[in-house]
Amino acid sequence: MKTATVDLDQIKARKAQIFPRDPNDAPTHDMREELFELEHKGEIIVQRVPEPYVEVLTKFGRTKKIPIQKTWHHKSCGQCGHIPGYSTSIFWLHRQLGLDFIDPTDQTSCTGWNYYASATSNAVAQAAVMMRNFAAAYETGYFPTIHCGTSFGHYKEAREQLVKHQDLRDGVRRVLDKIGKPLVIPEEIVHYSEWMHALRNEFAKRQVFDLSNITACVHPACHYHKIVPEDAIYDWEIFGGQRTATVTGLIQALGATPADYSTWFDCCGFGFRHVLVQRDFTRSFAVQRKIEVMIMEANPDVVITHDTGCVTTLDKSQFSGKAHNFKVGVPVLSDAQLAALAMGAHPFRVLQLHWHSADWRPLLDKIGLDWKPYWQEFEDDLAKIRRGEKEGVTWADSDTPIRQRENVPTTV
Amino acid sequence: MAYRDNSKYADVPQETKQQLFDQVKADERYNDYLYGCYECGICVSACPSARFYDYSPRVIAQTMAREDIDRFYEILADDIWNCAQCFSCVRCPRQNNPGGLVTLIREVAVRNGLKETREVLQGYSRVIYKVMLKGNQVSPDMLRPDFFPDWGPWVKQFSDNMREWRLAIPTETMRGVTDAAWKTDAKTLRELYYIWYSTGNLDLIKEVDPGLHDLIAEVVEEELAETEWME
Ligand code: SF4
Ligand code: SF4
Repeated sequence: MKTATVDLDQIKARKAQIFPRDPNDAPTHDMREELFELEHKGEIIVQRVPEPYVEVLTKFGRTKKIPIQKTWHHKSCGQCGHIPGYSTSIFWLHRQLGLDFIDPTDQTSCTGWNYYASATSNAVAQAAVMMRNFAAAYETGYFPTIHCGTSFGHYKEAREQLVKHQDLRDGVRRVLDKIGKPLVIPEEIVHYSEWMHALRNEFAKRQVFDLSNITACVHPACHYHKIVPEDAIYDWEIFGGQRTATVTGLIQALGATPADYSTWFDCCGFGFRHVLVQRDFTRSFAVQRKIEVMIMEANPDVVITHDTGCVTTLDKSQFSGKAHNFKVGVPVLSDAQLAALAMGAHPFRVLQLHWHSADWRPLLDKIGLDWKPYWQEFEDDLAKIRRGEKEGVTWADSDTPIRQRENVPTTV
Repeated sequence: MAYRDNSKYADVPQETKQQLFDQVKADERYNDYLYGCYECGICVSACPSARFYDYSPRVIAQTMAREDIDRFYEILADDIWNCAQCFSCVRCPRQNNPGGLVTLIREVAVRNGLKETREVLQGYSRVIYKVMLKGNQVSPDMLRPDFFPDWGPWVKQFSDNMREWRLAIPTETMRGVTDAAWKTDAKTLRELYYIWYSTGNLDLIKEVDPGLHDLIAEVVEEELAETEWME
């Protein structure tokens, strides 16, 4: 029998090769050209990215503009409902940098979670929900920044469908005309983690905790980089441009070590419907294909991701894994929470760590943050709220980084 | 051995199967999602559901490409709700989107109020209620030990301390809110209700859960009566 073998060095050399990217050779074309064409015909308004913006590169080398301020924060129902420290950290970072933003009450969720879980919606309804939110942002003069991976992916998908299908546009126009809203599509659909990526060195400059002995595994959110993949950020310096650069780039900038693991492309197991009503699937996948693999291959101190559903799934699924002696037990945070932690945000007033299930204490111990006095302070907040002496925790209570309050010299 | 026993839904008339298949194919997104199939299985290797269920995105792409309506009906009845909608299958070298095909098939299943679909969505109905009336999927008050017993003892802590914990959030739009993810203007919700109403979404709910539909419709119609949009 004949066997063909390829020299191992040859394979390694081939794998190490970086493919040059040229937007002109991209298998998909730039959606913005079509948007401007539709605007030219008077069909839609294209909301321009406000200045100042940072230019980054996407998968096939197109330049994407990321706004820095005058942003309108499209929140995520999962973040705000289950892990509020996710959104609070994003806003805290804006406040630290003195950036102008709006946290709107004229916003619904993208309803994409329901759509992917139950299909009890249709293309016109989904696109109309998106366009109502975009019109609400446009009316304020601020540019939408999307907090949720699913909203980000779903909106890009709906944008593509709107551009391709006249019937869909007409259907949405009929609905929006009635409620008195214009048809607006933003020039770029921007995920908050892209904003984080653009500003990662600014965060590092304000860092007060040393993360150099921290190892972090990244779970790239499926709906960030798999739905309309050509619009996600890739950096040739990060994994040779072979996978999305957001989150990993931030971890590097903050001086921690991103550690690779073999199932990075797998989803977290969220499943939309599954995480709510068929959690046996979610738990099995999160524990066996993600957390256990990360622990066995990289033994991280923390898992960092950039979507609500992923934080929830990877965090909450570990409890029952423990009962079956699976290798679990690693905290799960968002990139915004990690940056805020490094910059000295209050662990409970800002990071809201008490909403997380996997034990975050060892991570805080390892970076030298004694969390106990802050928990005591937070318990006092809660007691005052219970007694009616305090209406709630405010930004005035939360803005000042903890090291500044303690007058402790910074460690970095 | 066949992948499935094709006689499972032999009692369903061929015309019904064909009609449902045609509805999927008529969706304007269909041609963006299916270009043929090499049978290479790359989608299967990336698919989380293929690991834990008797489920295959490859079979879905092939079945649709071959227009095998018996197998299509089995997929419609038995398979589509296993998909995790992660879109890992878009790695397909043929540029197919099996997860997208599943979305289209699910929409047809819902629109036609299929028995199997009604059963699958029963446990999910409280979320549909929330999303249609509040405009977001999950709210803190859903974090209850009876609903999430497998999330550990922390769930009881969340639920016991919900009021104070939510008041202890500095973000103004979230502070103190327990029945939704954030504060939403009444006007915004009315605009959302008009979207559900005018795009036929309420009728869709009627197909899968008439009781739930009535509850939602009552609120939506009462609120919309206050607006000038209903003429
Ligand atoms: S979208 Fe569905 S079919 Fe595609 S990889 Fe995910 S679970 Fe599998
Ligand atoms: S990856 Fe694409 S071509 Fe290959 S089996 Fe799956 S659907 Fe068919």
